[in-house]
Amino acid sequence: MTATDLLVVRGLVAGYGAAPVLRAIDLTVPAGTIAAVVGANGAGKTTLLRALSGMIRPAAGQVLLAGEDLRGTPVEQLVRRGMAHVPEGRGVISELTVDENLRLGGLWRRDRADAGRALDEVYQLFEPLARRRRHLGHQLSGGERQMLALGRALVGRPRLLLLDEPSLGLAPRVVARTMALLRQLRDRTGLTVLLVEQNVRSALAVADQGVVMSLGRVVIAAPAVQLRDDVDLRHAYLGF
Amino acid sequence: MDRFVFLTVDGLSRGAVYAAFALALVLIWRAARVVNFAQGAMAVAAAYVAYTVSTATGSYWLGFVVAIVAGLLLGALVDRVVMRHVDHASPLNPVIVALGLVLLIQAVLGMVYGSEFRPAEAPFSRSALTVGGVAVLSPYDLFVFATIGVVVSGLAWMFARTPVGLRMRAAAFAPEVSRLLGVNVGGMLTLGWALASGVGALAAMLVLPTELGLHPHAMDLVFVSAFTAAVVGGLDSPPGAVVGGLVVGLLLSYVSGYAGSDLTPLAVLVLLLAVLLVRPGGLFAPVAARRV
Repeated sequence: MTATDLLVVRGLVAGYGAAPVLRAIDLTVPAGTIAAVVGANGAGKTTLLRALSGMIRPAAGQVLLAGEDLRGTPVEQLVRRGMAHVPEGRGVISELTVDENLRLGGLWRRDRADAGRALDEVYQLFEPLARRRRHLGHQLSGGERQMLALGRALVGRPRLLLLDEPSLGLAPRVVARTMALLRQLRDRTGLTVLLVEQNVRSALAVADQGVVMSLGRVVIAAPAVQLRDDVDLRHAYLGF
Repeated sequence: MDRFVFLTVDGLSRGAVYAAFALALVLIWRAARVVNFAQGAMAVAAAYVAYTVSTATGSYWLGFVVAIVAGLLLGALVDRVVMRHVDHASPLNPVIVALGLVLLIQAVLGMVYGSEFRPAEAPFSRSALTVGGVAVLSPYDLFVFATIGVVVSGLAWMFARTPVGLRMRAAAFAPEVSRLLGVNVGGMLTLGWALASGVGALAAMLVLPTELGLHPHAMDLVFVSAFTAAVVGGLDSPPGAVVGGLVVGLLLSYVSGYAGSDLTPLAVLVLLLAVLLVRPGGLFAPVAARRV
């Protein structure tokens, strides 16, 4: 591990009930980079994110965030360590307004002034949200929900952003915009992103590192460029 | 006409208490998806604590404050010690546990205090003031309206405008997502139980002086009325609980005034049945689907 590795995962085993879904995952994400985890359905991608954010307890292995072991940290403390997890289906709370959803993302912060600044920045970043502050979550379009979920995570100024299938159910134009935004955040603020995607092409287009999972294991971790260009690899694991 | 005015005011005064009690049920339902059948017994327990303090010190108000504090603590205790450990997979489990709690609390109160009625004093006169020859409001009615008005609007303000209210709503609607956003969901649940139980204790303190007095079963019928009020309004709707409480209070007052007080328990049950048959979600059931 080098000083610049923000997330280090070693030998992570996790699952639901007796059968582990993840079998000894090793993974390193350097600070300020985007890693895309791809693979077939049932490869364990979502389970990996849930194990990282403590929503399921790992049976074995280690998760280090900036060198700190996260084992035993309650889920609600992870955001204080700098980890934000946007879950599958995005988790917008439909009974709350846009503004309430966003403010919720910064409520844990002691620095109230900066939490307010972060909220303003998110409204500048996502114009449509600013126009719909008082709307309830369930009144938003798919793209707006995506913005809301991302914005809510950013209000907490995370170091590491875990994103589960951000392209799910969105128009290609919206997906492209989201991916461009991730790259922009990485370049401007040094945000580190671990992204799980079915949409391999757009994920690898934006990622620095590509991680291919199959049946609960990491089978390849390589620069994204290499995965994009290696036809054999793509055929073998990614099916395109 | 005089009689109608009197019955209306009396009904609204009792209805305000039902509203508060129904609101407490709704708070717990929204936070924990449990209908707290033990709420009546818990409120009586808090009122007995107040009785003990008031008779020992001679101060009604000290007892009043102690009752609310005891209610808050008892609610937190019931959540942490009992309900947190109940498997919620079947909705029947917490209901059975709550009913068990009723038996337990009432038995303990019976052992400690006996089962004769104890007087519950009112801090203000209960005889109505007359306006233009018509008996309207007693000072005690005014006290009831004012107290419940303050508590209900205070809770509404807390839930709508404060960070802790936002956390409580988020934790109730989406516990998993809330935890990812740093909300201590378990703590919010305990706070919800404490607040609801505190409101229940307050309602008991307000209603007992208008009834026969303090008794382990003193809140049983109030509970049934408040439960009906909550169902009328829709268990998910705090404003519904308040309106439902006032409606039930008025109905019971008219029935008891015009048809005889023997019929009031029957009238509550008929109303409950009618609402469950015609509109089981309650009159204020949200139209939008919960999960999209």
